[in-house]
Amino acid sequence: MDKFRMMFQFLQSNQESFMNGICGIMALASAQMYSAFEFSCPCMPEYNYTYGIGLLVIPPIWFFLLGFVLNNNVSVLAEEWKRPTGSRTKDPTILRYMFCSITQRSLIAPALWVSVTLMDGKSFLCAFSINLDIEKFGNSSFVKGMSETEKIRLLARIPCKDLFENQEIRVAATRYIKCISQACGWIFLLMMTFTAFLIRAIRPCFTQAAFLKTKYWSHYIDIERKMFDETCKEHAKSFAKVCIHQYFENISGEMQSLHRHRSGQDDSGDEGEDKRSDEDKLLGIRAQDDMNKVLWNWHTCKPALALRKDQMDGENSSKLNGKINEGFNGFANGHAHETKKREWAVYYSKV
Amino acid sequence: LMERLKLVLQYFQSNSESISNGICIVLALVSVKLYTSFDFNCPCLPQYNKLYSLGVMTVPPIIFFFLGVLVNRHTGVMMDEWMRPVGNRSKNPAVVKYLFSAMLQRALLAPMVWILVTLLDGKIFICAFSVSVDPGLFSGVPNNTGLDVIRIMAKVPCKEDVIFQNSSFRKAVSRYVRCYSQAVGWSILLFLIILGAMGRLIKPCFEDHAAFLQTRYWSNYLDVEQKLFDETCVLHARDFARKCVVQFFEDMTEDSILHLPHPPFISNVSERWEEEEERLHGVTRQEQMDQLLNKWYYGKPELDVTRIAHRPRPCVTWQDPGGRTLYSDV
Repeated sequence: MDKFRMMFQFLQSNQESFMNGICGIMALASAQMYSAFEFSCPCMPEYNYTYGIGLLVIPPIWFFLLGFVLNNNVSVLAEEWKRPTGSRTKDPTILRYMFCSITQRSLIAPALWVSVTLMDGKSFLCAFSINLDIEKFGNSSFVKGMSETEKIRLLARIPCKDLFENQEIRVAATRYIKCISQACGWIFLLMMTFTAFLIRAIRPCFTQAAFLKTKYWSHYIDIERKMFDETCKEHAKSFAKVCIHQYFENISGEMQSLHRHRSGQDDSGDEGEDKRSDEDKLLGIRAQDDMNKVLWNWHTCKPALALRKDQMDGENSSKLNGKINEGFNGFANGHAHETKKREWAVYYSKV
Repeated sequence: LMERLKLVLQYFQSNSESISNGICIVLALVSVKLYTSFDFNCPCLPQYNKLYSLGVMTVPPIIFFFLGVLVNRHTGVMMDEWMRPVGNRSKNPAVVKYLFSAMLQRALLAPMVWILVTLLDGKIFICAFSVSVDPGLFSGVPNNTGLDVIRIMAKVPCKEDVIFQNSSFRKAVSRYVRCYSQAVGWSILLFLIILGAMGRLIKPCFEDHAAFLQTRYWSNYLDVEQKLFDETCVLHARDFARKCVVQFFEDMTEDSILHLPHPPFISNVSERWEEEEERLHGVTRQEQMDQLLNKWYYGKPELDVTRIAHRPRPCVTWQDPGGRTLYSDV
C-alpha cells in the first residue's frame, strides 16, 4: 500500500509537474528566442514605431496561443463544454476553473517575453526615438537650421549606431529611453506579480468551499477520460484475443474441449503440463492445409465482430467437470469421470 | 535509482519545512542571478538619476517579496486556517501567528539579498548620489565643457562619456561613493545578523516553550492534513472514475450474466478466459461497442456508483451428493 501511495504521488505530481515543465520550457524558449533574435530597427520615421511595438506585442500573442495548443487540458475543456447534458448536469464553475488554470499557465511565456524586451530597451528606443526633445542631451546646434521632416528623419536614425554621427547625443538619448523602458518593465513585472498575489493569496478569503468542489470535479473529469481510454484499450485487447481464438476454432473444426478432455487424463508432473500448454497453443491447427486456410481466410473473410458466449461457457463447464475430480483426489492417478454435483449460489452483500 | 528517489521523496514528504527552505534559497539565488544579468543603465541626467536608482533598488525587492509569499505552501495553509468557519474545531490564533511569522521570515530573504547585493556592488548608489558629492574634494574637475557642475556630477556614473577622457576625477568620485555604499551594506548585514542572534538567544526567556512546541506541532499537522486530504481526493477520484466507467460498460448489455467463480484447483487455462471475460464487461459485439461509444458522448452516465460499489459478491459453495462440502467461498 505504501509503495502504491508513493507511486501514485509521483504520478499525480508528475502530471502537474509535466504541465509546469512545459510551461517552464516555453518560458525559457521565449527568453532564448529573444536573445537569438537579431533586432534591427529600420531607422525610418514611417516604420520605426510599427517595428518596435510590433516586436513587443506580436510574439507574446504567438506564445500565448502556443501555450493553449500544447496544453492537453484544452481538449478536455472543449469536450466538457460541448457535450450534451444527458443524465449528468453541467457545472459552469468547473469550466471556468479549467479555463482559468489553462490561461494562467499560458500567460507565463508571453509575460517573460514582454519583460525581457522592456528590460533590454531596444524596442522602445526604436519606437520612441522620434518623440525625443534633442536639446536635453547636449550640444544640439546642428539641428537649428533643419525643417520638421528633416529633424524627424534625423531623430529616427538614433537607434542605428552607424547612421547617427553625433555619438555623445546618441549615447545620452539611448540611455534616457532605455531607462524609461526599464522603468516600464519593472512596473509591468510588479503589476503581474501583484495580480498573481491577489489571486492566489487572497482568494481563500472568498469561495473556499466552492473552490474545493470545482477542483475535485475538474480533476475527476480528466481522470475519468483517462480511465475510459484505458478500459477501452483493455476491452479491445480481450475482444481481439477471444475473437481470434474463436476464429481459429472455426477453421480447425475441432472442439477444443474434446481435445483438452483427452489430454486431461495425463496428470503427471511438469512435462505433462508443458506438453498440454503447447498442444493448447496449437489451437487445433496441425496440418499445413489448415494453417494455409487460416491465413487465407484472415484476409479474404474476416470473422464478424460478435463473440459467441456459449463457446466460452461450454469449454469452461467441461473443463470443470474434467478437473474437479482430479483436484479432489489429490495427486492420485485417478481418471476423470463425470460426477454429479449439486450447486447453489448464496449472495453476501459487502455493505 | 528508484530506491534513492523514493527515499528522497519520502524525506521531503515528511519534512515540508525543508521544501519551503529550499524554495526560499532558490529564490535568493534567482535574485542574485537577476541582478548580475540585469543591464543597469543610469540615465546620467540630474533629474532622473535618483528616481531611477531608488526605483531599481526598491521595486525588485517588492516583487521578490510577493513571489516569496506566493510560492510558499504555508500561505495557503495559513489563509485557510484563518478564514475558516469555526465548526467543530476550535480556532487557535497562536497557530495562525506562527505560520504568518514563518512565512514572513522566508519571504523577506530574497528582497534582503537583492538590497545587500546592490549596496555591496555600489553601481546604484553611485548613480543615485553622485550629484550630492562636493566636487571640491577632488582635483581635476573637467571645466572646459561649458556644462554646469550638477550636470557634470550627474554624468559620473557613465564611464564612456566623452567629458571624462583622460581624467581621474570620475574614478575618484566613484570610489568615494562606492565606499559609502559598501559601508551601508555591511552595516545592514551586521545589524541583521545581530538581530537574528539576539532573537535566538533571548527568545527562550520571553516565551513559553511548551506552548511553542504545541503551536509548532499543530501548524505542521495542518500542513500534513491538507496534503493528505488532497491525496485522498485524488485516489478517490481515480477509483470513482474506474467504477463509473465499468458500470457504464456493464449497463450496455441487456442480460448481465452472473459468471460464477470456479474453484481454485482448476488449472490456469480457464482462468485466462475468466480474466478476458471480466475485462469484456459483457460487451461482445460491434454494434454494442458502437452504441457504447456513441452513448459515452451523447449521454454520459450520472455520477453515482452505488450500484457497483455495493454489489453483492456471489459466494459459491460446491457440495457432492453426500452433502460434503468440496469448496466454499464463505
